[in-house]
Amino acid sequence: MLLRHTTAESIVEREALTINPAKTCQPIGAMYAALGIHKCLPHSHGSQGCCSYHRSMLTRHFKEPVMAATSAFTEGASVFGGQANLVEALGNIFTIYNPDVVAIHTTCLSETIGDDCGQIASKAQESGKIPAGKVVINTSTPSYVGSHITGFSNMVKSMVTSLSESTKPGKDNVVNIIPGFVDPSDMEEIKRLAGELGVKTILFPDTSNVVNTPMTGKFHMYPAGGTTIEDLKATGDSKATLALGPSASGAAAKALDTKCKVPCFDLELPIGLQATDRFIDTLRRVAGVTVPESLNRERGQLLDMMTDMHQYTYGRKVAIAGDPDHLVSLVEFLVSLDMKPIHIVTGTPGKKIAPRFQASLDKVGRPVNLKVPGDLFHLHQWIKQEPVDLILGNTHCKYIARDEKTPLVRVGFPIIDRVGHQYMPTLGYKGAIRLLEKILGAIMDRQDAEAPEESFELVM
Amino acid sequence: MRKVAIYGKGGIGKSTTTQNTVAGLAEAGKKVMVVGCDPKADSTRLLLGGLVQNTVLDTLREEGEDVELDDVLKVGFKNTSCTESGGPEPGVGCAGRGIITSINLLEQLGAYDDDKKLDYVFYDVLGDVVCGGFAMPIRDGKAEEIYIVCSGEMMAMYAANNICKGIMKFAESGTVRLGGLICNSRNVDNEREMIEEFARQLGTQMIHFVPRENQVQRAEINRKTVIEFSPEHSQADEYRALSQKIDQNKMFVVPTPLPIDALEKLLIDFGIAN
Repeated sequence: MLLRHTTAESIVEREALTINPAKTCQPIGAMYAALGIHKCLPHSHGSQGCCSYHRSMLTRHFKEPVMAATSAFTEGASVFGGQANLVEALGNIFTIYNPDVVAIHTTCLSETIGDDCGQIASKAQESGKIPAGKVVINTSTPSYVGSHITGFSNMVKSMVTSLSESTKPGKDNVVNIIPGFVDPSDMEEIKRLAGELGVKTILFPDTSNVVNTPMTGKFHMYPAGGTTIEDLKATGDSKATLALGPSASGAAAKALDTKCKVPCFDLELPIGLQATDRFIDTLRRVAGVTVPESLNRERGQLLDMMTDMHQYTYGRKVAIAGDPDHLVSLVEFLVSLDMKPIHIVTGTPGKKIAPRFQASLDKVGRPVNLKVPGDLFHLHQWIKQEPVDLILGNTHCKYIARDEKTPLVRVGFPIIDRVGHQYMPTLGYKGAIRLLEKILGAIMDRQDAEAPEESFELVM
Repeated sequence: MRKVAIYGKGGIGKSTTTQNTVAGLAEAGKKVMVVGCDPKADSTRLLLGGLVQNTVLDTLREEGEDVELDDVLKVGFKNTSCTESGGPEPGVGCAGRGIITSINLLEQLGAYDDDKKLDYVFYDVLGDVVCGGFAMPIRDGKAEEIYIVCSGEMMAMYAANNICKGIMKFAESGTVRLGGLICNSRNVDNEREMIEEFARQLGTQMIHFVPRENQVQRAEINRKTVIEFSPEHSQADEYRALSQKIDQNKMFVVPTPLPIDALEKLLIDFGIAN
C-alpha cells in the first residue's frame, strides 16, 4: 500500500499544492517535437540537469537513445545571461555533430532571467557559427506554465513561424497533418491511413523511424525518419492543415493559416471509432478522394469487435488520466463502448479543455467527475469514493491500480514499465482494435482470476 | 560589527550619501567595508577615486571558482574596504541572482571575518527591491539596519514605502530593522516637515536632513567624497553629522508601511498638491 495515506473522505480544494501530477515539464514536449524533424538536434538552453532529465524521460518511454545538447548554464551564465554559452554551443554542435537543424527550447532558468534565444541565434548567425544551409529554430518553454503538451505545441508552432513559406499564388494538392503528442507508431499509422486514401500529405513533426528504429548493430546519431526541412517549408504551399488535437496541434495550424493562408481543420485525436471516422471523412473531403474498401474493412472489423464483446464493456466504470487530446477521444471511445468514464483528470491546464468532453459526458447518463487541471491524488480519492472496474492512464497510475486492486491499461505518456507502444498504434481503426483488445484483456483476466469455480468460463 | 544597508529609489543619491557617510565614519576612525550591490558598479567610485574596481562577478566569470579576496577588495579613502558585486549589462541575465552569488562568495572568502576587525559593513543596493536578489542584503541577518534615502518627491516616498514592505516581511523572521529615513533634499516645499511626518507614520525617524548643495556635484566630478574634496565645506559637516547620528542611533523598528491613500493624503496635507 504505497499510497496508503490517500483518504477517501474530505476531498480538499487545493490551490497551491499538486500531489502526483498528471503532467510533466514543457521542454519534454518541445524536445520530442524537435526529434520529429529530420537530422535535428534538440538543444536545451539551461542547466545540464534539465537536459539530462528530459532525455532520460524520453528514453525510458521509447527505449531508444535520445540525443540533445545543452547550454550547460553555470552560476555565471545565470547572472550574465546565456548568450555566450549558446553561441559557443551552436558553434560546437555544427562542428562536431553536424545536424541540419538545431531546435532550441528554453528552461525555467533561462526563461526567468529573460534570455532572448531568437536574438542570440541571430548573434550566432552574424558571428558565423551557423554554417550556410543549416537552420536554427527556437521556442519558449517555461515549465511553470502549462505542461509537456504546451511545450510540444510551442515547438511545433515555432516550426511554422520559422520555416513555413508560401511561395506562389496557388496551393499544392497536399494536406498537412499535425499529429499531436502521440507515439511514433501512431504517426506511422496516420501516414498509412492517408496512404490508403491516396492523399499526399506532409506530417509534421514525424518521429516515426526516429525513436522506434530497428536494431541494426549500427548507431545513427540522426535516424532516417523525421520531417525534412524542405517539407516543413512546403507546408505553407499545402491546401489545408489537419490539426489532430487542439491542445497539442491547434496553435501551429492556426499560425500556418495566419502566416501562409493554409486553412486549418481542428479535429480531436483519431482514437476510437467516431474520432477516426471524422478524421478519415475530413481528409477525404479536403483532398477530394473516396474512401477505399480497405479502410471500410478495417472500420468494420473494429465495429464487429465492439459489438461482439459489448457484454464485457457495458456499464463498466472507468477512471482515466492523461493528456487532454488523448482524454477527449478516449472518453468518447469508452462511451461508444457503453462504458462509464466516471473519474477524469488531466494535469494540463486550459479553460477550453473541459467543454470538449461535454458531448460524450452527456451520453454517460450519470454525473461524472472531471478535473482540469487535476492530479493523480485527486483521481485516487475519487476512486476510493467510488471504485472503478478499470483505470486508463500512464505508468504513474500503477500505484493507484495496485493499491485499489484495479486493472490498469496503459495509454499515453509516459509508459516506462511496458513496451509495444513504440511499434503498435493507438490511433486509427487498428489502434482502436488494439486498445479494445487491451481493455477486454484486462477486464477478462480479472474475471478469470476472481470467478468462482462454478462460473469460470472457458468461452468468453 | 554593525551591518547596514542603504535602500531608496533609483537616482535618489544612495551611492553618494553612502560614500560620504562612510567617509565620515572612516574619518572618525571606524573600519568600514562597502559592498556595492548595483550592476552599474558605481557604489565605491568616490571612495576609490575612480572606477578601477574588478567586480566580484567579473572576477568570478574570468577566474572561475579560484577567486581571492584581494582580487575583489580594494582599499579606498581612509582605509575603507571597497567591493562591487557588479552584474550583467542592462537587458540581459539576472542582476538579482548576481547579488546573491556575489554576497555568498564574499562570505565564503571571509570578507566579513573577525580578523578584518570591521566596525561597519555598508550595502549599497540598487533602487527598489524588485526581486528576491535585491532583498539578499536583508535576508538571513546579513544587514541588520536599513536606512532609506528619500526626498519629498512623491515617487521617492512611494519607493520608500515599498521598501518598508520588504523590510517588514523579512523582519518577521529575522533580525533586520529600519534605522530611519535619510532625507536627501530636492528642495520640495515643506520637505523636512513632510518627511518627518512620513517617518513618524512609518514608525521610524528622519535621522538626518541633507540639504541640497552643488558642492556634492563638484566633488563627484573630481571622483571624491565631499569630505575628502573639501573637508572645510559646510556640506562635509552635514555628512559628518549624518554619520555620527548613524553611529549613535538606537532606534531600530519594524516599520508599518502606509496604505497608498494615506501616502497621498500626506502629500496633500503638506501642500504639494497646490
